[in-house]
Amino acid sequence: MVNTKVDLLGITLDNPVIPASGTFGYGYEFAELYDINCLGTFSFKGTTRTARFGNPTPRIAECTSGMINAVGLQNPGVETVIKEELPKLKKVFHKPVMANVSGFSVEDYAYTCELLDKEEQVGWLEVNVSCPNVHGGGMSFGTDPKAAAEVTSAVKSVTKKPVIMKLSPNVTDIVAIARACEEAGADGISLINTLLGMRIDLRTGRPVIANTVGGFSGPAIFPVALQMVYRVSKAVSVPVVGMGGVSSAEDVIEMMMAGASAVEVGAANLTDPFASKRIVEALPAAMEKYGIASLAEIVGRAH
Amino acid sequence: MKQSTLTIIENAPLAKNVFRMRLAGEAGENRPGQFVNIALPRLFLRRPISVCDYENGVLTLIYKTVGRGTGAMSLMPAGEKLDVLCGLGNGYDLGAAGQSPALIGGGVGVPPLYYLAKELIKKGKDVSVVLGFNSAEEVFYEEEFRALGCGVAVTTADGSHGVRGFVTNALPKNASYYYACGPMPMLKALASWELPGEMSFEERMGCGFGACMGCSMMTKNGAKRVCREGPVFKREELLW
Repeated sequence: MVNTKVDLLGITLDNPVIPASGTFGYGYEFAELYDINCLGTFSFKGTTRTARFGNPTPRIAECTSGMINAVGLQNPGVETVIKEELPKLKKVFHKPVMANVSGFSVEDYAYTCELLDKEEQVGWLEVNVSCPNVHGGGMSFGTDPKAAAEVTSAVKSVTKKPVIMKLSPNVTDIVAIARACEEAGADGISLINTLLGMRIDLRTGRPVIANTVGGFSGPAIFPVALQMVYRVSKAVSVPVVGMGGVSSAEDVIEMMMAGASAVEVGAANLTDPFASKRIVEALPAAMEKYGIASLAEIVGRAH
Repeated sequence: MKQSTLTIIENAPLAKNVFRMRLAGEAGENRPGQFVNIALPRLFLRRPISVCDYENGVLTLIYKTVGRGTGAMSLMPAGEKLDVLCGLGNGYDLGAAGQSPALIGGGVGVPPLYYLAKELIKKGKDVSVVLGFNSAEEVFYEEEFRALGCGVAVTTADGSHGVRGFVTNALPKNASYYYACGPMPMLKALASWELPGEMSFEERMGCGFGACMGCSMMTKNGAKRVCREGPVFKREELLW
């Protein structure tokens, strides 16, 4: 018997597989398809202080081995999330859940996190300073070490729950951002959010995405994500959650060997609604194939 | 929603750039107005296609070749297997039809109306259909709708077949309700028709089952997902 259990900041996960924010809603759509309690946990849809419709459509574009999205943090706002979405989530998911938070000012982040801190089922706050699809917020906090540190401190001061800062790959030196978050008190780092991307419709000569550019994700970005997880996890002493193009149990193992304590699965959930479940189920056989008795032991093996 | 492996039993041209694919297998439940989402080799995103008919376990899809996905679909031989998410979206509200519903379709908005017409006729409704195309070479399913027992009017923009002009030039009098599916300009033109009705929309989709929020549209009742709360929306919900 292999052991798939891992620890993420004091909470034991049955396995390291975590559907990523924005690809899993608040869980209940997927709960109609399978028992989502087989997952380690999941990170729910990025939540902001007030309701957002997001960007105009088209928001989605096909790419070789991936996709671009420019949804723009559509969500009903934190109060409605707490009042309407979390009770529905609780009915179908009985483990601690990861709350994903975004904002347009340091105060926004703190406000939203303070409210979610009171929610019993929230196990971790994943603070997104990396959304590429909104102006004047999101990624602008994650491209400057000082701003990222400021958000980290502000959030840390309003919550006792573990704070995981979710970083953008669209920077010159992601290690510097990760270090700044760690120094400001971050309990963990998750990476990577999507890479900036674009497609043009050859018939019209116009961008496919209404917002011109969007976030590129899918299997094509896996090697990019892997090297960033490797470099960041070597540079910081807090746990790292790795993500970016993960679509198989082998990818999960590789990401953990690069230094991830747990692994998020994103775009794969959209092309195959059963992707995360299939990865969970495939893990034991993949571990046996590579002689891995316990996943916790392989974290950072490549270092 | 059901994830199925379906086998292509027919895939042939029907009109200019328009193909009909028939699929056999365990497709679950598929109601008129719903769609399926098809995984295609070497393409990342699935392609959403409306259900044209579903009878005796055979799913009929009619699609236009507009890009790489539908282009690849058109080259697939019978016997090939496809990974298909079936029974997606809300479908039409058959209960709202009244006695003499009008079905208005434009181009590849026509196919889902065929399955709808069939089900409405089974319920004893007097169904009128208006089918709009650009030109005669693009016309399809005129005879198939007649064979169901519908009153059929065809319009072409260039006048090469049927009434010259658009579907709005051939709307039936005294209809009790309407169901529409077609390009956005057609739906916009129908918005001023003083009759209760519902319209089916299309949008670029990420997942097709409500997870990604890629296909959202704003309605009078807030943001809705075309793939989940839609693709069919009541006329009175729509913002133009």
